[in-house]
This record gives sequence, structure tokens and C-alpha cells, in this order.
Amino acid sequence: MHRTPPPLRIVVVGNGMVGHRLLTALAELGATPGAAITVIAGEPRPAYDRVALSSWFAGRSAEDLSLVEPGFFADHGIEVLLGDPAAAIDRGSATVTTASGRVLAYDRLVLATGSRPFVPPVPGHDGPGCFTYRTIGDLEAIATAASRPAVERGVVVGGGLLGLEAANALLQLGLETHVVEFAPRLMPVQLDEGGSAALRRRVEHLGVHVHTSCATQAIEHERGQPARLAFDGRDPLPADLVVFSAGIRPDDALARAAGLAVGERGGIAVDDQMRTSDPAVLAIGECAVVGGRHFGLVAPGYQMAKVAAAHLAAQVLGTPEPTDRFVGGDLSTKLKLLGVEVANVGSVHDLEGCTSLVWDDPVGATYQRLDVDADGRVRAAVLVGDASAFGLVLDRFRSGDAVAAPGELLKATAPPDPTAAPDPSAGVCSCENVSRGAVCGAIAEGCDTLAALKAATGAGTGCGGCIPLLEGLLRTESTGTPPGVCEHFALTRAELYDLIRVRRHTTFAEVLDRYGAAAGGCEVCKPVVASILASLDNGYILDGEQAALQDSNDHFLANIQRDGTYSVVPRVPGGEITPAGLIAIGEVARDFDLYTKITGGQRIDLLGARVEQLPAIWRRLVDAGFESGHAYGKSLRTVKSCVGSSWCRYGVQDSTSMAILLEERYRGLRSPHKIKMAVSGCARECAEAQSKDVGVIATERGWNLWVGGNGGMRPRHAELLAEDLDDAALIRSIDRFLEYYVRCADRLQRTASWIEGLDGGVDHVRQVVVEDSLGLGAELEAAMAAHVAAYECEWAATLERPDRLARFVTYVNAPDEPDPTVVFVRERGQIRPARSDELVGANR
Amino acid sequence: MTLLDAERTTWTAVCPVAHLTPGRGAAVLVDGEALAVFLLADGSVRAIGNIDPCSGASVLSRGLVGHTEREGVTLRYVASPLRKQRFDLDTGCGLDADADAGSWPVRVVDGFVEVGRQASPWGNGPETAP
Repeated sequence: MHRTPPPLRIVVVGNGMVGHRLLTALAELGATPGAAITVIAGEPRPAYDRVALSSWFAGRSAEDLSLVEPGFFADHGIEVLLGDPAAAIDRGSATVTTASGRVLAYDRLVLATGSRPFVPPVPGHDGPGCFTYRTIGDLEAIATAASRPAVERGVVVGGGLLGLEAANALLQLGLETHVVEFAPRLMPVQLDEGGSAALRRRVEHLGVHVHTSCATQAIEHERGQPARLAFDGRDPLPADLVVFSAGIRPDDALARAAGLAVGERGGIAVDDQMRTSDPAVLAIGECAVVGGRHFGLVAPGYQMAKVAAAHLAAQVLGTPEPTDRFVGGDLSTKLKLLGVEVANVGSVHDLEGCTSLVWDDPVGATYQRLDVDADGRVRAAVLVGDASAFGLVLDRFRSGDAVAAPGELLKATAPPDPTAAPDPSAGVCSCENVSRGAVCGAIAEGCDTLAALKAATGAGTGCGGCIPLLEGLLRTESTGTPPGVCEHFALTRAELYDLIRVRRHTTFAEVLDRYGAAAGGCEVCKPVVASILASLDNGYILDGEQAALQDSNDHFLANIQRDGTYSVVPRVPGGEITPAGLIAIGEVARDFDLYTKITGGQRIDLLGARVEQLPAIWRRLVDAGFESGHAYGKSLRTVKSCVGSSWCRYGVQDSTSMAILLEERYRGLRSPHKIKMAVSGCARECAEAQSKDVGVIATERGWNLWVGGNGGMRPRHAELLAEDLDDAALIRSIDRFLEYYVRCADRLQRTASWIEGLDGGVDHVRQVVVEDSLGLGAELEAAMAAHVAAYECEWAATLERPDRLARFVTYVNAPDEPDPTVVFVRERGQIRPARSDELVGANR
Repeated sequence: MTLLDAERTTWTAVCPVAHLTPGRGAAVLVDGEALAVFLLADGSVRAIGNIDPCSGASVLSRGLVGHTEREGVTLRYVASPLRKQRFDLDTGCGLDADADAGSWPVRVVDGFVEVGRQASPWGNGPETAP
């Protein structure tokens, strides 16, 4: 008679990312019912996402970071002992004793104890106000200490990957943040000199003070908190709070005490099936060394967990010994550190016979290096500031295929082209080891959003580095409506903008050839690309190929009306106009018999101009000191204002001067849609700034800045972005806001719906614009400065060149013939287009 | 289907092809009728009526040229600058609206664009004009 064997007793020490992964893998393999599993964890909470630790400071709660599905432990009959670390292993009796004295017997023991932070044993390292950075408990302690009023300056010891994460945390806590690194540069393990230099520039720009080649000698304390760091041969650095993030060491103390074999530089020695020197004991993750190698990343840890789970499951289920082996892993990573993209593929430190391609842009603080061997195979890469090529470079690195034009690889792909390597076994998510085939399969089964794809495949739930690739696959594989601009581009406007900006494309033909999904182009994508080229290049928009791309209104620098005539709107900055200016406009209107109307934006619209009249009208206006008002463009329209403190008895600031300054700064800026602004001189808000894309309202102390307002079909009240700004801060904030909008918004998306669609809404905008959380501030300001410097009046520029005037005729073969379909009648002393019932007997 | 009789078609030169911008149109007057002539990226030319039948305004030459796939066939069209209705450049027929701008035979001879005098309501691309 068949007898059910007693369940296999498995004790798992540690419930970190890798330890938990082992449990989920056992559950997936159906091994949990036949096993009696107990988990011992030192931390008081179950597994959480340690990779995303710094997001805790940005508002993600411990619950948000949890990796444990609700009910997981109960559903699988797993007993969990939290906050009670394992204290000793007795291999003779096959038991583990916890700190509280519990004794647990095991048939199989899995050590997933991870690593512990390395703290240099300098005097004062264990005093108050000194912390490590590894657990949520550490974060809570740091946040508590940082909230004390006497704590203003935080120093991170260690300029590696973790050190920069910790620096990010201190920045988010509002501390003046310093990073001290022993090596001459940041992230010395992963990056070469050029990459470190670019990273340093970006990090310093975020306000982090970087000190390299600093050997910390002591932490000196005063009044119960740190006072300064003392160095060897350098001035001391004042500090109120110290975080050690100088690397990690495998946590092998339990294993050593139990007499298990350890590696030369620490770590529990295991074979490729994760077995220690005692076959009943396994070790996985950062506590283990395989063939003398230590893997301090989550992806190889997950691979170890899967191998261990496969062998344990076979033992539980009585199935044949599986063939799963740990095959090692490269240490390629892509991260966002302080908002800066940093990636490395392979190692740039041990290369022989390789050629390096380096693209170093010190101005943009972007650095890319690719190393290929004599056979053209990718051996290593470093990407800082722009890691969009990571996916493709990693793909080639892992496949070992020769690359014909390595330079193209760097230029290639933001986002990576998923169709470039259609091999279904190719890896997409290295953390979760999900293949392209699995992702495409899930999409085919109806996963049409990133969230659905994550839930179905697990891809993108680790470090998140593959998310652009997933989005790319969603776009190309999904059968639903693609989110792209039109049938010619599967990319969105924002993606096109980034590609054109980073790759410096200058023509539509190039962009279409490179990223187009179909030949030709259309009335949707052509103006989109034309607008992006104009935003980035700031040059005349109607020369060469661009002539064929502009919307009809941009093409004629005027607004087409229902009868095919045009309206002409000269700029009247801030709505302020001299009597002479009024007279000049009046004379032009009279002489060309144009209909005039005051607009809502405080200027004057001249209607009824035939296309061949436009140059002569502009000539007169330009000669009278006017310029194009860009009423025809997706660009700044007007900055409306009140008379402010100059005249008004309530005004507290000179709103008119500020409006003129702003209008003359942002005029001509090509953007996803029109931009309207206003400046009010006091809180009575006569300029109606809270209904504008950018609204400025004077206060006693400066200016309040409102954004995202809208009138029109869907009115929206603007939201307050910043308060009491001085003139310089106001302009800097608007510079950044507008350029960020130009960079990110979809086509024909006003700031109102753009902000509504952003994850985090106006708070996100505030982080980027006011707090500079993405470190884009300088870049955005530089883009605006380039625009301001390159501005020219498009009418004057057109009048200067006869070749630019050729298009302004009604009929190319009969330039003197008027258009017979244009028929006016008079009403209230002015012209207007004839209605159809008035056309009887006219020219048609 | 009515084919044009090549013997009886009179051709009118309207402008040097060099005066046209690839991807854009220009309005020309032929026997008092306003036509929109387009130079495409491949160097070929098209002519349709300039009057946008949806608005009555003489504006189609000022629209943007686009490509679209319909049932496996690539159509070239112009989008009206007024309300963006699209008109097939080969036939003059509306793609979005039941409207017809009319099409004309057109060719390039010795660097000049020539338009055939007869309008064909059924549409005659350059391929069907012998």
C-alpha cells in the first residue's frame, strides 16, 4: 500500500528579495503543499523591494514597497517568523535556533541572509547620528534624525551606486548633501573616467557636493551628534548626520559559526546547484559565492533562487533531479540615480584587444562608451546621462553577435526597437528572466497595458529597466489602437521629441526614414515633426524641406478664414500700444480695406487679407515697428496684463512691464499647442491669469506663478506652482515649465490636459520645475536661452528674401488675377465675407 | 469609365515644375477655372480642383499632402486647410466626405507642368491619361 511520505521540512533563513523569490518559485512549482516551510526573518516586515528603497523618501510607503501578495504565506501554508533572526545552526541535529530561543528542525536549510553594509572601522563610526542604508528601518532612523532642527548637513561615505542612492535620500529630506568617496571618482567599479565625470557633473548640478580621493579617518562628535569628518591630509568636512554606504559584505556569520565552507573574501561557498559544503544546506543571493564570485545584484540572485527552488521542488515531489544550474550572470545594470540614467554592460576594466567608441558631451553631461573586440562583438559599455541604448547594447553583448556598425548601436534606440531582434528567446526582463516570446504571448492574449503585462509576466517588476522595452513591444505587438502620432509613427510626440533632440535629426525625411512605420507622412505627423524641429533649431521655419511640412497657417504666417482669406495679427506685447502704433494699424487696415476687431488677448486682428496682399501688409506693419504676433502658430500668443502698480491704486507690482518682458522672451516659441499667458498686478486678478497656461499674479513680496489654466471649450482653473518669486526666479520657473511642456506634451495638448495626464499632476511639475528633481533645470533653461537668442520676426525674415515671397500669390500662372470666390459685403462700415444667400448674381 | 481622347485633349502649360515645392501644391488658373497642382515627393504631379467642395473656398492647393493605406493601396491626398477633409489626389474624391473636387490630367513636358483641359468627374490619374 502506498503511504504518503512526511512533508519535507524546509527552513529558509531570510526573507529579502531573493529569499522571497525562492518561496514564490516553490509555490509556482506546486511544491508548497508537500513541504513544511518555515521562514525566519530578522527584519520586522516581510520582503520588500530593496532596489527601490529611495522611493520611500519620495512617498512610497513600506506597504507600497512590499513584494508579498496579500495572503501569500497563508495560502501556501508557509510559517513566517518576523523580527526573530536566526542565531545558530546545529548541523548535527539539523536544527536552527532563533534569537528568541525557538528551535526549528529542518530536512533542508536555505540561507538567504543577504549582505550587511560595510562600515569602515574609523573612530566614531558607531556614534549617534551615524547610519547605514539598507533596510526600511535604516530609512526610518535617518528620516527621524534628519527632522531635528539642528541637522542641516548630511554626508554620505561612499560614492558608489548605493552611496548615490543614499545621497538621493538625503536630498529628498532637504539636507545639504555631500558625498565622500575614497577613489578619485564616483562609481569606480562600474564606470570609467569619462562616465564618472559626466555623472559627477549631473550629480553636482542637482546640488550634491562631491568630494573624491577622501580617506575618512574619523567621525568627530560634539553635543551628541556628528560634528565633522576628518580626512587624511585634507580639511575636515562639517556634518550633522553621516550615512555609511561604502559597499556590502556577504552576511556569512551564521554559516561560518556552523563550520560551512566560505569563500576567500567571505560569502558562503556553493556549487552551481546552490549547495554548500553540507548538501542539506543551500545558500542563495548576496550571502553566497559561486566559484569564488559574489553577485551583488538582484537578477543573479533571482536566478539562484530559481535553481534552488527547482531542486527542492524535485525533492518534495519525488520527481527526477532537474538539470537547472546557475550559469552565472554578468553585472550589467541600468539605473536611475538621482534621476540620472547610468548603465554599464560587462566591465570596462578588463578589456584587451578592444576598440573603444566614445561619445562625450560635456555640455549635456552625457557620456557613452562602447567597447568592441576585433571581431566586432560588444564587450562592454558605459552610458551616463542617456542610457536609451542600453537594451540594444545589452542584447548584442549577451548574444555575442558581431555588430557591423557599432556607432549606430549607441545612436540607435530610445526606446529600443523590439523588432530589431525578433528572437523569441531573447531576454526582455533580466530581473525576472522573462523572454520576448513570453511578453509577446501575453500581449497576444490581451494584455494591452503595462500594468496588465507586469501582472501577467512579472516583467518590469524588478529594477524597471526594461519598461521602455515593454512599452515598445506593447506598441508594436498590440492589435489595439497604437498610441503613436499617426499611422506613420508608432511613437508619441514626446518620444519623437527626445529622439530628434538627442540624435540631432534635422529633417523630416531623416526622422521618417529612421522611425517611421509607413512611407510618406501626413497632415498630422508633418506639422508635429516640423514643430519639434522648430522648437529645437529655432531657425526660420519655411526654408527647404520644412516648407512642405508646416500647417497651412504657418506656411503663410497668417490665419486662414472660412473664405480662404487671411487674418493678420501684429504683436502688441502686454497689450500696451502707443497712439502712433494704433494709428499705423488703423492706416494699414484702411488702406487694404481690412476688417478690424479687438481680440481677447489685447491686440488687434486685421481680417480679409488675400494671400497676395500679405507681404505688402507686413511691410507696412514692420516699417511701423510691429512684428508677427504668431497668431497662426502653435506658439506663444499673448501675455495679457492690467496696468498694475503704474496706474492702478490697488496694484502692488508693475504687471505691464513684466507682461512685456515675458511676451518678448517667449514670442515665437514653437510648442505642442498655443500658449496663453497673463500677468495681474494684484490679487483682484483683472488680467484673468488663472485661466491661462501660465498666469502670474503680483503679491506684496513678488509673484505667484499659476499654471495649467484654460478657457475655451473646457475651462480649467490654473493651479499654483510657486509663491512669492522674485523676477529672476519667476523667469527661471517659466523657462523650465515651458521647455518641459514643449518636451513632454502630446500634439495639440494644452498645458491643462498635459498636467492632468501627468502622473502626480501639478506636484510632479513642481518637483521638476521648482525642485529640479530630474536635474533637467539647467538643460531646460539652456534650451530657452537658445530660443531667446535665436528669435527673429518671421514676417521681417520673409520680407528680406524674394525667394521666400514666391508663394504669396493666388495663382502661380496669373499673379494679377484676384480669387473670384472671395466676395465681401459691407456691414457696419466694414467688410465681411458674403454669405451664400448673398452670392446670387455675384461671380459664381 | 470614360477615357480621355488623347487626340482631342488640349494641354495648357501652367508653370515650370521648378516653381513647385515637393509635397505642396499651388493654385493655377486654366480657362477661368482654379486648379490645385501638386508636386509629389517622387517627382510626379497631380491636379485636382482648387475649390474645397465642403466650404466653397478656393484653398485646396494650400493643404498638406499625406499618404494613407486603404485596403492595401497607398492613397495620396490633400487635407483641406479649413476643416481638414481629405481629397484623393488621383481622383479628387473626398476620403472623409461625400464630396468631389474633380481631377484633371496633368503631365510634365520639358520642365513645364501641363494640365489637360477636360475635367473628368470620374477621376483620371496620370496613369489613365494616355
